[in-house]
Amino acid sequence: MFRSAVRLTCSGVRSLTRTRPQFTAPLAARGYSHGKQETDEEFDARWVTYFNKPDIDAWELRKGMNTLIGYDLVPEPKILEAALRACRRLNDLASAIRILEAVKDKSGPHKEIYPYLIQELRPTLDELGIATPEELGIDKV
Amino acid sequence: MLISKAPDLTYSRAYINGPCLTHPKARRQLVENDSRQFYIYPTKMLTSRALIRGLQSSLWRSVCSTSALQGSHSKVVDVIDCSVPQYNNRLDTPLPDRPFVKHDQLSAEQKKLKEKEKASWKSLSKEEQLALYRMTFELTYPEMRKGSDEWKTVLGGVFFFMGFTGLLVWWQRVYVFGDVPHTLSDEWVEKQTQRMIDMRINPVNGFASQWDYEKKQWK
Repeated sequence: MFRSAVRLTCSGVRSLTRTRPQFTAPLAARGYSHGKQETDEEFDARWVTYFNKPDIDAWELRKGMNTLIGYDLVPEPKILEAALRACRRLNDLASAIRILEAVKDKSGPHKEIYPYLIQELRPTLDELGIATPEELGIDKV
Repeated sequence: MLISKAPDLTYSRAYINGPCLTHPKARRQLVENDSRQFYIYPTKMLTSRALIRGLQSSLWRSVCSTSALQGSHSKVVDVIDCSVPQYNNRLDTPLPDRPFVKHDQLSAEQKKLKEKEKASWKSLSKEEQLALYRMTFELTYPEMRKGSDEWKTVLGGVFFFMGFTGLLVWWQRVYVFGDVPHTLSDEWVEKQTQRMIDMRINPVNGFASQWDYEKKQWK
């Protein structure tokens, strides 16, 4: 996932503009000094599993999304894909669009994250028929 | 005293918040309000009828949560039932506890659209998708972030009242204040200064140290 560690050193800024978005990730969501640190892959896998639950209910979807947005990171496309599919199972298109808005907002000043996410999610968006906020015109006031 | 009907001292009724039954000074009075019943101690200050009336008359109705007393007037203000999930527009909560338009408040058209939502979303036009979004959410993220021009009004108001105060102060200076003391007149100050020089006020680092006694002028 993209832990947006904003480095204001020259090298940090250069890497943002030149290459495809790669953000160095401080390990673990929890700041324990003891115990095993969860890796990024484990974190992603845990969340993908959460949203992939076949009989996920609306509350769990809301709770999951609100919690995920509360973290200091932008979720990986695979987590978002699982969340969008959960919205499909719950027949909730509005929430799917809202999720896209939320991750765009979550990227903050890093404007290149959102287009990357949409690019990665494009197959899923097309398959499920979800319009992006830009296509609906709600990305502008 | 908090009374809306004659005091009923029967202790056989169940009470909600258990006050001390054995305290000798405890006098319980039953106040009825619709389906709920409260036992309320007749404390002097906190629940005095006059205080509640005062609050209500000064537009603080929402503060008066003592429903026992509200039962006595028929007007109902906009109360938010905080015991049910609320909708909110928050950037950090993308999916609030309930949709903006409640399910039972949907129009027939909207209900049809909700049914259509259960089928493939590819069959929904952009307008329909937007309508579904707006049913569930009041504000989009850009709308939430927009902010307002209220600060201009506030700042304008502040300056306006500062200006008005300035006018009042000026009027007061002209029409209220009397003359300045005569000891501030140029003539007096001259004589005073000369006296201070003669007396050598603070000759080391202060007043008289600035006077050149040979050349009879300020340094």
